[in-house]
Amino acid sequence: MTDFTPLSAMLGGLLIGLSAALLLWFNGRIAGISGIVNGALGGGERGWRWSFLAGLVLGGGSYIWITDAAPFRTDFPPGLIVLAGLLVGFGTRMGSGCTSGHGVCGLARLSMRSLVATLTFLAAGIIATFVSRHLLGVPL
Amino acid sequence: MSRLKHDGSALAAGFIFGLGLGIAQMINPRKVLAFLDISGGWDPSLAVVLGAAVTVTAVAFRWVLRADRPILHPEFHVPTRRDIDKPLVFGALIFGVGWGIGGYCPGPAIASLALMHWESWLFIAAMLVGSWLQPRVSPTFADAAVEPIPKQVED
Repeated sequence: MTDFTPLSAMLGGLLIGLSAALLLWFNGRIAGISGIVNGALGGGERGWRWSFLAGLVLGGGSYIWITDAAPFRTDFPPGLIVLAGLLVGFGTRMGSGCTSGHGVCGLARLSMRSLVATLTFLAAGIIATFVSRHLLGVPL
Repeated sequence: MSRLKHDGSALAAGFIFGLGLGIAQMINPRKVLAFLDISGGWDPSLAVVLGAAVTVTAVAFRWVLRADRPILHPEFHVPTRRDIDKPLVFGALIFGVGWGIGGYCPGPAIASLALMHWESWLFIAAMLVGSWLQPRVSPTFADAAVEPIPKQVED
């Protein structure tokens, strides 16, 4: 298990909120990662999307390089990573958003669609975690 | 020049987002699963991350959207849909199950690519396949938001 880290969680959350605010203020866009990924591969106006995604890799990378972070787990079954990825890609496209688009940006806009989506994926995530960890014995 | 500024500000926003995910340790799937696992030893950090982020955006969005247009772009692209439909609910359900199995959602998976660990690379590859499959497997649920309609974007 991991420890509750309220200060770093608060600081990280503030930065995520700041990022979403800047993207809307300067570019007029919602910081929904799944939508940005799909648009970068499919829609028009790909430049800002690829730029944002490059920044995302570099920002996460800076933290990783500065703290010299190592992989957080090594014994997770690859088959379950594939299953999880397929479900996340399929579901976020079907539901028009993920944790950032519905969770961070949608809730801030008081969108009922995003509130329903967020409560749904939180509930589904809690149940799926319980089943996989406690009933099927998948390692954390 | 304006193109450069436009993409540069998106790059900067992405950088801050990724740094935030790193500092909040959301790039650690074990930390995400420790939040989703409410049966003992619960780690509520993710709720603090989400709460802090939503607080900032809730205040900032209201202020930003008072302007006629964004600083570097002719118009705001904000979702306009209000209907609660089946694709929204089933999509969120499917996403949540995948999130609860692996501990990754799209942002942290991308922000953790620099770990050079097989997990996030494999996850992203599978995620792209899943996203590609969705409109092909369930065409009636096809997501209008990914078509290049300027006014309608993803939430």
